[in-house]
Amino acid sequence: MAGPSGRGNAVLVAATYLTVLAVLVLPVLLVMAEALRAGLPAAWRSLLDPDALSAIRLTLVVTLVAVAVNTAGGVMAAWLVTKYRFRGRGVLVALIELPISVSPVIAGLVWLLLFGRQGWWGGWLERHDIQIAFATPGILLATLFVTFPYVARTLMPLMEQQGREAEEAAFLLGAGFWRTLWSVTLPDARWALLSGILLTTARAIGEFGAVSVVSGHIPGLTETMPLHIETLYNGYQTVAAFAMAALLALIAMATVLLRSFLEHDFRKASS
Amino acid sequence: MLFRPRRRDGLPGLSRSIAFTLVWIGLIVMLPLAALVLRPWQDGSGAVLRALHDTRMYAALRVSFGCAALAALVDVPLGLLLAWALVRARLPGRRAVDALIDLPFALPTAVTGITLATLYGPTGWIGAPLARAGIRVAYTPAGIVVALMFVGLPFIVRAVEPVLRGLPPELEEAGVLLGASPMQNFRRVVLPPLLPPLVAGFGLAFARCIGEYGSVIFIAGNQPFRSEIAPLLIVVRLQEYDYDGATAIALILLLSALACMTGVAALRRRVSRGLVARGAA
Repeated sequence: MAGPSGRGNAVLVAATYLTVLAVLVLPVLLVMAEALRAGLPAAWRSLLDPDALSAIRLTLVVTLVAVAVNTAGGVMAAWLVTKYRFRGRGVLVALIELPISVSPVIAGLVWLLLFGRQGWWGGWLERHDIQIAFATPGILLATLFVTFPYVARTLMPLMEQQGREAEEAAFLLGAGFWRTLWSVTLPDARWALLSGILLTTARAIGEFGAVSVVSGHIPGLTETMPLHIETLYNGYQTVAAFAMAALLALIAMATVLLRSFLEHDFRKASS
Repeated sequence: MLFRPRRRDGLPGLSRSIAFTLVWIGLIVMLPLAALVLRPWQDGSGAVLRALHDTRMYAALRVSFGCAALAALVDVPLGLLLAWALVRARLPGRRAVDALIDLPFALPTAVTGITLATLYGPTGWIGAPLARAGIRVAYTPAGIVVALMFVGLPFIVRAVEPVLRGLPPELEEAGVLLGASPMQNFRRVVLPPLLPPLVAGFGLAFARCIGEYGSVIFIAGNQPFRSEIAPLLIVVRLQEYDYDGATAIALILLLSALACMTGVAALRRRVSRGLVARGAA
């Protein structure tokens, strides 16, 4: 590669390190420093607090369901828009990507307009004593909306590249639809699929705005990990807040690193 | 018919994947968004339209749009620097830098929020020296810009990077051989092809930033008319059970973000068509 001259390169590298350090690394260091301010045992104990454990549990349940639903939907949608040509395909792709440009707060609000007390079906739900808004189902719906596009979006470019010869051959050889999807299309796309699932997981665990709107904010009941961080922080329990933030930051770092390795792999595989 | 295949398709499974996809999109995206879009017509009394006369809403929109534009603007040179270093420099630890650039995208917004509020707070690592110099960042509109800069940065880098990768270094070498100064070379040779992705990256960052909530509210101070962002005002209206007021702000934010994304898509189409046409000529 034709790199710049020695001194130009040194200046460029220094400026880059400085930017990365000040903008990206410093915040992560601060999270860790604040979490460990009272020592590792104190940070660890704060994570074992019943409300913290309940927040972790709720986050895991919601994340599991959201990732499962949006992975299944994302795979089917990516298959549909890459293996067939039909009118309205562009509209479909635009709809799949739409949630990315919706503010998280709006992603929560829309569910209240459906299931909140003044929403379309709020009265009916209340009469039948079904709680969706300000309860776990609402949190799940908000998370589903926010994490909707990522699996489909990561898969689409790769599956487009694959074409459809392998699938057509599989069908000619007598494989059914699911069999073809499972043993022809997906094995080829497994790194992209994994990368999309990782991103979906990270976004689901960390979602704050959307979930904040539809959660009842009841510690130990309807608080996810990010919401619990807010409660702790506003209650001046700094160490506990940053201990949980550190946990989430570690998950985010792991996600980003893994995705970078995966992307490297499938870039290499496709070139 | 909307979903009729253009030609007889040899691949079965079309109707199954259409049904599955439509149910998935319909229930999770279309239905809730329909509730938002139909809300202004629902009560018949134009309650949402009346909510458009709220001065506090316009102040919040001004804060959101202004801070988002400023943050995305500051991110443009920073993003260009990082993209340039990733593609062109001999950068030790390139893989780590490359991975770190996506961190704002993966880090939960609440974590970003409390971290930046502490970092730039009056006793924070950056906030304390700034405070001694008489500069306050946390709990002012400047804090909003700082948070949005963090959120928007990856969008610029990831928009510019692929275009830069496709730009042959020979172009600049030719510029140097023809006697261009480094500044001339940058302005005349390098910048023109990078301008569309920079604008696209700006648009993407801006669209994301006007809706951003979690990373901003901890550092913003949240004073109405001064440092209250539009998404926060939606939350405030919802807490007052003013669904119509919340819907009005939400629709304005949503339409702005969609306009932004449409603009970016149109720009990208035009640029790729231009490149194809030039390649064919």
